[in-house]
Amino acid sequence: MRNKKILPAILTLMLCPCLLFAGTVSGKVNYTGTPAKPKPIDMSKEPSCAKQHPTQITTETVVAGPNNALANVVVYISAGAPDEGQVPAQAVTFEQKGCQYLPHVLAMHTGQELKVVNSDQTSHNIHPLAKINREWNKSQPPGTSPLSEKYDKEEFITVKCNVHPWMRGYFAVLKTSHYDVSKDDGGFKLPNLPPGKYTITAWHEDYGTQTADVTITGNETKDVAFTFKAKAY
Amino acid sequence: MMTIRKLCLCIVLIATVAGTALAQGSGISSGYPTPRNGFSVSEQRGHGLYLRYCVLCHGVFGDGNGDNAPFIDPKPRDFTAATFKCRSTPTGTLPLDSDLIGTITRGVQASNMPSWRPLSDENRQDLVAYIKTFSERWKTEKAGEPIKIPAETPVTIESIRHGHELFEKMECWKCHGQQGRGDGPSASTLTDSKDQPIRPYNFALGRNDSRFKCGSENQDLYRIFMTGVDGTPMPSFADVIQPNDAWDLVHYLRTLQTGRRSKENDVLKAAGGASTLKAPENKSENVPPSDSRVQAHIGGH
Repeated sequence: MRNKKILPAILTLMLCPCLLFAGTVSGKVNYTGTPAKPKPIDMSKEPSCAKQHPTQITTETVVAGPNNALANVVVYISAGAPDEGQVPAQAVTFEQKGCQYLPHVLAMHTGQELKVVNSDQTSHNIHPLAKINREWNKSQPPGTSPLSEKYDKEEFITVKCNVHPWMRGYFAVLKTSHYDVSKDDGGFKLPNLPPGKYTITAWHEDYGTQTADVTITGNETKDVAFTFKAKAY
Repeated sequence: MMTIRKLCLCIVLIATVAGTALAQGSGISSGYPTPRNGFSVSEQRGHGLYLRYCVLCHGVFGDGNGDNAPFIDPKPRDFTAATFKCRSTPTGTLPLDSDLIGTITRGVQASNMPSWRPLSDENRQDLVAYIKTFSERWKTEKAGEPIKIPAETPVTIESIRHGHELFEKMECWKCHGQQGRGDGPSASTLTDSKDQPIRPYNFALGRNDSRFKCGSENQDLYRIFMTGVDGTPMPSFADVIQPNDAWDLVHYLRTLQTGRRSKENDVLKAAGGASTLKAPENKSENVPPSDSRVQAHIGGH
C-alpha cells in the first residue's frame, strides 16, 4: 500500500525535474512623486448600483497603498516564458457588480476562456476596445447567463460600459500564465520558474511599462522591484 | 524603306494598344497613377476611384484622417481598423463584401457619407476590393456568418405592447430616451471607439422617407439589434433576445417615429394611441415611470 503512494510521487518528480529546481520572482511595485487624487464617482443615475456602496466610490486609475505601494500593476514574463501556448483549461471571470468591474484589471492567457458576469440589477454593455484583437460590443441585461469570449493575440485592452461612463477596466491578454497583478501592498509573485533567463515586464494603465531581466539558476527566490513615476494629473 | 516604315508603324501601334490595355488594367484609366505594387486589377482600379472620390474624407492611408475629416461629424470611417458599422455578420467579425457595397450604395444617414449609387456596380466592387487592402485582418480572418432573419411576425397591438416592455427591460431608453429622441440619461456621455462624442439615434425625427444608418426596412432594424453597430456604443443583443421578441421591439420602435406613416402607427392609433401602452409589471426600481409619451422625459439632458 505504501509503495502505491510513493511510486506516483517518484514518477512525478522524475518527469518534472523542473519542480525540484523551480525558482520564484517576487517583489513590490511602488511609485515616486504624488499621484493624481482619485475622482469621486457619481452613481446617482443608477440607484440600484449606488445603494451597494455605502461609502464614496472613486476612480481606480491609480490605486495607491501604504508606503507608496502601487496596486493593479500587471507583472508578467514577457520573454523566456516556458509555457507559451499552454492555454489553461479553467476560465477567468470578469464581474460587473455595483457598476464596477471586479477585478479592475484582469489578466488572462491568449485563447483562455473569459467569462463576463453581470451581477447587477441593471443592463450593462461590455465593450472592450481592442485594437489588435477583434472589437466587439455586447449587451448583458440583468439575469442573463455569462458571456463567453476569448482573445487570440497579446494585447492590453480597455473595457468600458457605454451606459455607465464611469465604468472602466482592463484585460491583459498575455502569452503566458506566469503573471500576477500587484495587490494593495504592491506585492507580486511569479512562482514555478525553471532555470533560465527571463524578462519581467510591469504594466500600469496610466504609468506605462517597465522591464527587468532576471536569471533563475535553481531553487531560489529573486527579488525584483519596480518603481513608477507618478503623474500629478 | 517602305518595309522599315511599316515596321516602325506596327511597333508604335502595338506599343499604343499594349500601353492603353496596361493602363486600363492598372487603374491609370481613372486618371491617377498607381504607385503601390502587388494589387490585383480590381484593387488597382479601386485605388484610382478611391483617390478620386474618397480620399478627401477617408485619407490617403484609409485611416479616416483626410483633409475634410476635421470638419466632419461623425468622423469618416478608419479602414485600417476594419471595424464596420453596417454588417450582416455578428459583432466583432468582418462584414461581407455585399455589406460594404450596401453602405457605399446607400450612403450613411445623418453623416457626410453620401450615396454612391451613380457609380457602376463594378466601380463599387473595385472600391471595396481596395478598401480591404488597408487592414491585414482581411488576409487573416474570414467574414462572419451572416445572422439569420426569420420571417416578420404580424404587427399587432400585443406585439407593440410587448416591444414597449422590452424597450424598458433592455434599458434602450438609457441612451435613446423614453420617447426615442436620443436624449436618455447616458446620451450626453457617449463616445465612439475613437473617443469622439456620438449621439444615439433619434427615432422621433423619422418621417415617411426616414432611413436608419444601415437601411430603411424593418429587417434592417432587426439586423441592427443582432449585429450591433461596431465602433459605436450600440451593442449586439444577439445573445439575449429571441427572434420573436426582436420583432416586437422593431414594431414598438416604429411607433416612436411619430411623424411616419406606418402599419405600426395605424395599429397603435386604432388601439387608442400611445397612452394604452401600460407599464410592465415587476419593474426594477431604476426604471422610470412608463407611458413615456404622456410624461415629461425625466432622464434627458
